[in-house]
Amino acid sequence: MEHIRTPKVENVHMIDRLTPRKSTVGTLYLSSTHTIFVENSEARKETWVLHSLVYNVERFPTNPSGSPLIIRCKNFHVYRLLIPQERDCLDVLASLTRLSRPECYGELFCFSFNPNLDKELREKAWGFIDLKAEFNRMGIPSNLWHVTAANHEYRLCDTYPSELFVPKSAFPAVIVGSAKFRSRGRLPVLSYFHRDTSASICRSSQPLSGFSARSSDDEQMLQAIMKSNPISEFMYVVDTRPKLNAMANRAAGKGYENEDHYTNIKLQFIGIENIHVMRNSQQKLIDVGELAAPSMSDFLWGLENSGWLKHIKAVLDAGVFIAKAVAEDGVSVLVHCSDGWDRTAQACSVASVLLDPYYRTIKGLMVLIEKDWVSFGHKFSHRYAHLDGDPKEVSPVMDQFLECVWQLMQQFPCAFEFNERFLIQLHTHIYSCQYGNFIGNCQKERRDLRLQERTHSLWPHLWENRAEYTNPLYRTDHSQTQGVLKPLTTAYCFKFWKGMYGRAEKSVASHQSPADCLNAVREESQQLEEELSAHQEVPRETDAGQETCPTEGEENFRGEEEDQQAV
Amino acid sequence: MEFAELIKTPRVDGVVLHRPFMPTVEGTLCLTGHHLILSSRQDNTEELWLLHANIDSIEKRFVGSLGTIIVKCKDLRVIQLDIPGMEECLNIASSIEALSTLDSVSLMYPFFYRPLFEVIEDGWQLFVPEEAFKDLESMTDEWRLSEVNKDFSVCPSYPSLLTVPKDIDDESLCKAASFRHGGRFPVLSYYHKKNGMVMMRAAQPLTGTNGRRCKEDEKLINATLCAGKRGYIIDTRTIAVAQQAKARGGGFEQEANYAQWRRIHKAIERSNVLQEGLIKLVEACNDQSHSMDRWLSKLEASNWQSNVKEILTTACLAAQCIDREGASVLVHGTEGTDSTLQVTSLAQIILDPACRTIRGFEALIEREWLQAGHPFQQRCAQSAYSNGKPRSEAPVFLLFLDCVWQILRQFPCSFQFNENFLIMLFEHAYASQFGTFLGNSVAERLKLLLSQKTVSLWSWVNRPQELERFLNPLYEPNNLVIWPSVAPQSLLLWEVPLQMHEMPKEHMDCEISMC
Repeated sequence: MEHIRTPKVENVHMIDRLTPRKSTVGTLYLSSTHTIFVENSEARKETWVLHSLVYNVERFPTNPSGSPLIIRCKNFHVYRLLIPQERDCLDVLASLTRLSRPECYGELFCFSFNPNLDKELREKAWGFIDLKAEFNRMGIPSNLWHVTAANHEYRLCDTYPSELFVPKSAFPAVIVGSAKFRSRGRLPVLSYFHRDTSASICRSSQPLSGFSARSSDDEQMLQAIMKSNPISEFMYVVDTRPKLNAMANRAAGKGYENEDHYTNIKLQFIGIENIHVMRNSQQKLIDVGELAAPSMSDFLWGLENSGWLKHIKAVLDAGVFIAKAVAEDGVSVLVHCSDGWDRTAQACSVASVLLDPYYRTIKGLMVLIEKDWVSFGHKFSHRYAHLDGDPKEVSPVMDQFLECVWQLMQQFPCAFEFNERFLIQLHTHIYSCQYGNFIGNCQKERRDLRLQERTHSLWPHLWENRAEYTNPLYRTDHSQTQGVLKPLTTAYCFKFWKGMYGRAEKSVASHQSPADCLNAVREESQQLEEELSAHQEVPRETDAGQETCPTEGEENFRGEEEDQQAV
Repeated sequence: MEFAELIKTPRVDGVVLHRPFMPTVEGTLCLTGHHLILSSRQDNTEELWLLHANIDSIEKRFVGSLGTIIVKCKDLRVIQLDIPGMEECLNIASSIEALSTLDSVSLMYPFFYRPLFEVIEDGWQLFVPEEAFKDLESMTDEWRLSEVNKDFSVCPSYPSLLTVPKDIDDESLCKAASFRHGGRFPVLSYYHKKNGMVMMRAAQPLTGTNGRRCKEDEKLINATLCAGKRGYIIDTRTIAVAQQAKARGGGFEQEANYAQWRRIHKAIERSNVLQEGLIKLVEACNDQSHSMDRWLSKLEASNWQSNVKEILTTACLAAQCIDREGASVLVHGTEGTDSTLQVTSLAQIILDPACRTIRGFEALIEREWLQAGHPFQQRCAQSAYSNGKPRSEAPVFLLFLDCVWQILRQFPCSFQFNENFLIMLFEHAYASQFGTFLGNSVAERLKLLLSQKTVSLWSWVNRPQELERFLNPLYEPNNLVIWPSVAPQSLLLWEVPLQMHEMPKEHMDCEISMC
């Protein structure tokens, strides 16, 4: 509270730049967690902006009508305010600047956010996603893969989860030796096992190979991974970096696998750029979304100049390469970049979405994020600037993964159980710090922060509201829903994500959403169905003892009811 | 002339057909007077029936004795035929070339096509001006139906019956016609029931360099204004282009002579520029190199999306003047047969819910395109792949359909028809078994006796069994004016006609079966 200089300002204008007549007047309130704008209109419409979602606050010179203030959010919302008094404006600016940049974890919203859940429910909620069960679903442990205790208490690698899945044939000494030969100890471990072909996706950081160093343990580790796929005679090592970057790392004693030292590996570079390039690219993209009344040329040039879609394509290309190797060629893949927590997470998770229909469901995507991102030490707090810290650590890595999924949804509209809103909601919460899931940079840090006792989990919350996030076109029996997705990756397949980046102006919002319409129809028919069955129950009660009508017949009847609905 | 003379080799066995996104088919290739047919002679594979009239250009390639013909269609499909035997391949190629470039309209397939279905409702009789006028009469008595053009001598590109202000006599109409390009004097295009405002269309006035004026023309359009009210003239050209037109006898309405009107200039490209845009766009889409940068700059260079944006913006402007400002509007460009019609028809889709039904949209195309004298035959004679020297080809109608698609995408529940309906219209405008899009004007169609000798597209489309696949399952009649967003990020590239993906069949099926 001590950071709030002025808790309330009246007669503030909220400006709609494109449609000025939609601008509104109201009162601005600052709380310890939110900026709240309440319209003076009869509806008293409220706009709540979470402080932790504020990216920056910018003040413009005072003019006769007041002091303009722009609040830009990490989820690309932009709020344009006009505050009558310059002094108030300065106070709001100073307060918001401080409130949006917490200096320690304790200040984060998740530690004060209290959705009124008792202790027991909270604990249960944290168990909603169970990664052990997920590996079981893949068929792990098996006769070839097992869990190793080598990282117990994070003694081998402090940014990895404590439970790691490795080939059974890899001896403890090999595991330890391999970890020593990998940047930050991030040794090759299992990320995804593809039952149909027995090929696996493993992940690691770059080897400490420099110009000539080698490690027989690390070589044996890769050999063990390859051998865990009995039918294949080689494996791919996918280095997701541009080859030049990988070569430059050799000078620092890092680099990539020497194909002469490792038997039967094929090295493949993909060329995803580093976090700094991505950060700059996204900023340019955001600028395009914020252009005031751009011409078509301004827009297309801006889009091209940002390079953003090129980077999205590179990430998707990596996923496609891995998915093809695993599903079509039946070849295992080891994926790494430099540290193995950004590009590696992107490539592994995109490949998993392509390979496994489960990850295209609401629960499945949560599991995937929990596994490939949260547990494997993607540095959420650094990348998404949860705390006021080094701006060079910030980068839209997860944004790009979510966008890859969105691009796939455009090509396969029936293949995903969730809708665009789900992705946008995930994106918001990765930045919002409202839930504990994405706080910190690795499992160990989260454990030390005792997040499970002090904060709430996002997943059950999303799950309870899943009706809102369901894609009405999704059907489990649809051909797109089954098997491996093979997307086109020609340049023109990549679209500007309007739902995400086109939100700077409220009035550009889309008019009608077909998905919402379908959902409405579906809800309506469900209601009618319920009514119907309520009516059916009445005679049932009166003719107690009589056989109720067979379920099959009931279902047929329901089907007809739905058809009539549409007409 | 006998088609047989042009067919050197009527059939070849062992031909392999490649189509994008579809499995290859091997079978027998047959040439008839109007079709290229490939049949595998198996029950479950689809046969290819391609109208020669749909072929824009072909390319030949040889590897040893295996010849390949790449057939590029006006509806932008590209197919490949592998033909064993060099001689056969050459014969087939030269026959296709000859048959696809026949100049005479009376040799076109619609004159030979006999429907395999019973015509229940004759499409030729479906949308007559008298009927449309009856609707208008029920709303207002300010207008009359004039027969001044009954022998097409006043304006060859107009229909014989025209809706004009009641107080303007035929003699004045003739004088106004002599002051407008091609005799296209201002006529009623749309009456906005909500507030009685109207949209008229015309061709440019022939002011020339010395500022000619025509009292009758001024009187004609002033007759549509209420006392003390101002109207808007929307000139689809930039002021610079309009100025230049003066040197060729054209021009624009001078403020001094049209004091009650405010003129607004927009920048819709002329048809020859649009054609270049289409060619560049199609080239960009077919570029197989996968680089992202080149794609976006090529898309930009084609100006296609800019054209879509400008046309939609102009239509929104016209609609806004009528609905929001409560003013009447006159729309024209140069000839009044291209950009003018794009604007007047799109404005009606925005304003009038009836135009968003299947029947209403058909009526709109009849009224604002076919009867209004859009020269379909000239504009659609060739398409993006043609090697021939472009004459007056232009994708004016395709751009209109693209704009409709943009609105449909933004208001997916407000249209009774779906994307397939628009695609179907695009395909039939370029090549068809039906006579609807033949000829350039009502006069030409009468002369060709199309209504007696050919079948109307509407006779076929409106059969319930055909209509089904054009219905939008999400449609809920919406009586409101719909304002599309014209922000660049709201306008997408319409990919289906560009053959960039498979037809989204599965998706549609899925949607339909859901409901």
